[in-house]
Amino acid sequence: MTVEAPLYLARIEERFGGAVDDLGFAHGVHAFAAPPDLIVELCRFLKEHPELEFNFLSDICGVDFHPETPRYEAVYHLYSLPNKWRVRIKCRLGDPPHIPSVTGVWRTANWHEREAYDMYGIVFDGHPDLRRIYMWEGFEGFPQRKDFPLRGYKDELNPFGAEGTPPSAPDLATRKW
Amino acid sequence: MTGMVFLPVLFMVTGVVLVALATLFVSSLVRPSNPYPAKNMPYECGMDPAGEAAGGRFKVQFFVIAILFVVFDVEAMFLFPWAVVLKEIGLVGYIEMVVFIVLLLVGFAYAWIKGALEWEA
Amino acid sequence: MGSVGNFRESILFTTANSIINWSRKSSLWPETFGIACCAIEMIAAGCSRYDLDRFGVVFRPSPRQSDVMIIAGTVTRKFAPVVRRLYDQMPEPRWVIAMGTCAISGGVYNTYAVVQGAETFVPVDVHVPGCPPRPEALMHGFLLLQEKIKKSSALAGTPLGQALAT
Repeated sequence: MTVEAPLYLARIEERFGGAVDDLGFAHGVHAFAAPPDLIVELCRFLKEHPELEFNFLSDICGVDFHPETPRYEAVYHLYSLPNKWRVRIKCRLGDPPHIPSVTGVWRTANWHEREAYDMYGIVFDGHPDLRRIYMWEGFEGFPQRKDFPLRGYKDELNPFGAEGTPPSAPDLATRKW
Repeated sequence: MTGMVFLPVLFMVTGVVLVALATLFVSSLVRPSNPYPAKNMPYECGMDPAGEAAGGRFKVQFFVIAILFVVFDVEAMFLFPWAVVLKEIGLVGYIEMVVFIVLLLVGFAYAWIKGALEWEA
Repeated sequence: MGSVGNFRESILFTTANSIINWSRKSSLWPETFGIACCAIEMIAAGCSRYDLDRFGVVFRPSPRQSDVMIIAGTVTRKFAPVVRRLYDQMPEPRWVIAMGTCAISGGVYNTYAVVQGAETFVPVDVHVPGCPPRPEALMHGFLLLQEKIKKSSALAGTPLGQALAT
């Protein structure tokens, strides 16, 4: 939509340089690819820089590219309320997926990260309360992964489910908090 | 003036009590009664009860207010027959009632100063 | 009301049966239990155009004061114990209307998170199909429930009914 390079592109280039790739501008949103260890620093820079002010975290999603590796991706959608800019940050993760949590930057990331954990199994290190948010207690498996059957696994309340046992969720069993 | 003149009052009170008991008895015969533990649980929008009321705790201020009410209500009850016969008993009767009320006022002042009338603990 | 054979017994207790059933069906108080989109149609049925109040239907907020539970919407597996607990907390006599295809059989959602029919955990008396059913369809469901109540035995489960049965 804008022909000149926007300000956030210049600021990110001069601060992070080669570590953060520019994926281009599409549908009103500029996308960047960042490595997982830089994500907290990048988010804090975008939020607290006085010219950029990306103070609204719209969403954190997960993606599962099952046959490809790296298998998972965490996608952050940021919005700057004063400047009305949207930015998307994509972060490819391996299997099992671990990424530092951005709850220290935006408090709303708490529930978004719980959703990404519940649906994909992406573990956010440093999250204060990482537990399931949609599925019921005692549910095993991560439903939005490509290898989870749509109808779920067969148990006494789900007669139409697929045969087999769900993969157990080791993270719940080894909670240290 | 015999007490027999109040006999209709007794009949009315008995009649009221009998009608109420009969209605409750007949409806207990024609209604289904099927209590079981999940039905008897306190209602909390379908969840298990949580929070302060769940432990069976109640605010003790309710009990304190009820006790004070009973005492002062009985005192007020004594004022009614006194007011009826005040003209016959004259000044002496008046002084006696003032003494009675002052004794109860001492108790009231004690309760007030000790904080029995505070709602928050 | 009353048959030609054992005249004295039949006229007294079928009269009681008819009167009690008439009073129950004319004042069905539902528990407002709209879960999803069918709740909107239930609300529309209760509003002024498709008035449900003329059938004696007054929506009650608490299960303790209601006769019928209208399960309007998709019941997920996380929510099913709550629905069951609310059904348990209704005093008898109680009925259940499953409104919409999601409550009848899971609807289009044959997935890991949706219970395939409310009938798997509560006994359902009337199914009202539709996605969502029109308010007139819900009213038809109420009329069917009224006919079911009319045909049922009013004194079943009561002490008087048990005394008469022996």
